[in-house]
Amino acid sequence: MAYATTAGHGEHDDHHPTGWRRWIYSTNHKDIGTMYIILSLVAALIGGVMSWMIRLELAEPGIQFFDNTQFYNVLVTAHGFLMVFFVVMPAMIGGFGNWFVPLMIGAPDMAFPRMNNISFWLTAAGLTLLVSSAFVGEGPGTGWTVYPPLSSIAYHPGAAVDFGILALHLAGAGSILGAINLIVTVFNMRAPGMTLHRMPLFVWAILVTAFLLLLALPVLAGALTMLLTDRNFGTSFYAVSGGGDPLLWQHLFWFFGHPEVYIIILPAFGIISQIISTFSKKPVFGYLGMAYAMCAIGFVGFIVWAHHMYTSGIGTNARAYFTVATMIIAVPTGIKIFSWLATMWGGSIDFKAPMMFALGFLWLFVIGGVTGVVLANAGIDFVMHDTYYVVAHFHYVMAIAAIFAMFGAYYYWIGKMSGRQYSERLAQIQFWIFFIGVNVLFFPQHFLGLGGMPRRIPDYPDAFAGWNMVSSVGAAITMVGTLMFYYIIWHTFRYGKTAEANPWGEGATTLEWTVPSPAPFHTHEELPVIGAGDHGHGPLHGGVQPAE
Amino acid sequence: MLKKLLALALVAAAAVVSGAGQLRAEPANGEPTPWAINLQPAFSPVMEKVHDFHNLLLVIIISVTVLVLAILAYVMVRFNAKRNPVPSRTSHNTLLEVVWTAVPIMILVVIAIPSLRLLFFSAKPENPEMTLKVTGHQWYWTYTYPDQEDMTFDSIPIAADQLKPGQPRLLAVDNPVVLPVDTTVQVLVTADDVIHDWAVPSLGLKKDATPGRINETWVRIEKPGTYYGMCSELCGVNHYFMPIQIEALSKEDYQAWVKQAKEQFAAKDGPATSLARADRAD
Repeated sequence: MAYATTAGHGEHDDHHPTGWRRWIYSTNHKDIGTMYIILSLVAALIGGVMSWMIRLELAEPGIQFFDNTQFYNVLVTAHGFLMVFFVVMPAMIGGFGNWFVPLMIGAPDMAFPRMNNISFWLTAAGLTLLVSSAFVGEGPGTGWTVYPPLSSIAYHPGAAVDFGILALHLAGAGSILGAINLIVTVFNMRAPGMTLHRMPLFVWAILVTAFLLLLALPVLAGALTMLLTDRNFGTSFYAVSGGGDPLLWQHLFWFFGHPEVYIIILPAFGIISQIISTFSKKPVFGYLGMAYAMCAIGFVGFIVWAHHMYTSGIGTNARAYFTVATMIIAVPTGIKIFSWLATMWGGSIDFKAPMMFALGFLWLFVIGGVTGVVLANAGIDFVMHDTYYVVAHFHYVMAIAAIFAMFGAYYYWIGKMSGRQYSERLAQIQFWIFFIGVNVLFFPQHFLGLGGMPRRIPDYPDAFAGWNMVSSVGAAITMVGTLMFYYIIWHTFRYGKTAEANPWGEGATTLEWTVPSPAPFHTHEELPVIGAGDHGHGPLHGGVQPAE
Repeated sequence: MLKKLLALALVAAAAVVSGAGQLRAEPANGEPTPWAINLQPAFSPVMEKVHDFHNLLLVIIISVTVLVLAILAYVMVRFNAKRNPVPSRTSHNTLLEVVWTAVPIMILVVIAIPSLRLLFFSAKPENPEMTLKVTGHQWYWTYTYPDQEDMTFDSIPIAADQLKPGQPRLLAVDNPVVLPVDTTVQVLVTADDVIHDWAVPSLGLKKDATPGRINETWVRIEKPGTYYGMCSELCGVNHYFMPIQIEALSKEDYQAWVKQAKEQFAAKDGPATSLARADRAD
């Protein structure tokens, strides 16, 4: 825990570099967080346009637009990479994590402010490389899983896959540094009295996520490096002709790739816990269970990777193990769902936009979660494997659920970040459009998958035409909801009402609501002191006392 | 009660869906149907067990979803700020927490037992009567019959403008793989360029075709007919157009076919295969 050092710097609150220096050289967690969020908004637009192009192609049977089907595969690949590495991760961890972890634990900034800067710029460089990879040579048409031999030099001779590998290397290095920063900050810079068991659940979520990043990303980096040397320097880690094995890549990739899905969804868990508690005006139900459920999910997430490889030819006993291990995840996940419901039970719920998105998250997460229980079973997964059932499953449980958490977080915290409050009416309309859109978009994909439609195809047998058209109509509705969100951002900055320090009232008890809105450039220079039994939700138990 | 009704409705729905497939006129046809909402009808023992297990899972996952969403709806109505202006302070209930940890574990055990049975049943055939070797290439399949003096032929997809009436687009091939019914067939799957996946949904078949590896699966087809599938692992620009077509014949018809095929492919085999190989980007 940190202890107050120098007092009396209050008058320097808003001394900061101006112009481009403020941003390029920034060491301020709020400015860097803002840059991460902007980066994510830009990447989301690119990745979103790609998904609409995909759905346009799939609206009807036959090849509509992509006579060059390699370009279709490139879109599928880039859509996945962008959404995972450059939309969800930067927004959740780099964006909201940077902004609110220090604010919530009563720290003045991150532990390593300069490292924070390089984390962001590595990520930005990675994004540039990834987007340019689509325009180099034939583009990476490998899917985000980059399985060799398809990704090897023989089948992707251009430099595109190398661009992709280096993009992931940069973004991965940025994320590892960011993870170290978050871990050190949480462990060393908590305000007096802010014990681990009093931290808000969002901080817990980010802490567990940071550990997952720290352990999973180096494995990806190693696997990518071997792919790079296979492609360029004649090694044969994955090449059968040289004694290698394509399955080595699959094991390494999924050893990273499965924790990666928890890296995406754990911060969402944290955000949803904050929002539900705030708008139910109740402390989170079963706080310790919630925190340790996330630890359990993080741990088990590392020992279930081969459930992505049930058809790859791994042994039957291995598949039996991975079936059972995977199903175990449903237990801590169930604890979280029921605890959120119990948090609302007996509450006095305000259905403001962030709460609507949290409820939408629950809907999506439950539907995506139960299909996950189906897919966990090796005995039946092979029928759904590589079909649209899987696409529907992971978009529900991870992708769109994470997007809902991000929308919720944006509406929840935009007043604190910008000093201006969003328009409640517009946000409610945006919620309903987006909610209806994504369900019309993804629910029919379960049917397509059960019927046997494979993933990653630009054309399909005519029997699949009906549900594909429905799905594409859903994509159009979702597009309206997405564009409306960008309009609301503009509207907030142009017409938004001035936000109060705490616009949410008695339910909002975490420390970020004790500082003014917008949060000054420097906060918590005098460390707040947190009383016993607070759980970061102090006032309900007697209050956070800022040390005056 | 609600749960029971739901289960009944589901089983009825499943029966209708799978029954619709079996009521079709002979021969059987394993292919996707418009507006289908469930698995393709089953024509092999593995796929039949998959259907049974999926029906069990459907009952469980729909019950869980309905339960959670019902609680959610109740909470939203009963505990909104208007009806319940003063929130409670409850944040613990040990009994409740134990229950919602223990009950999911029990449900998972109920799932795990049939799940593992199905897994081990589908993994390996008992006493296979013949072997089929499948090799994936960009972008067609080669079939070899080791029991018939390694008779080998390529199975090339038929372009949309060359389809005969009745042949489904993106699913039909020039030389379908032919198998006898009521025969346990061991299938060995491999590839010689990138990873493909040999899949036929209505027969419960899906196995990666990985270069350098021979993966094993099996099938026992119950009815003569035509069964379609598609490559199920992204394998390059024509991944979407790499269909699998199985013609299942009665044992007698199969013997007749073998005789005729041996002559046909003995003559064609050499040049056809090497031509196709030259096509590949090496």
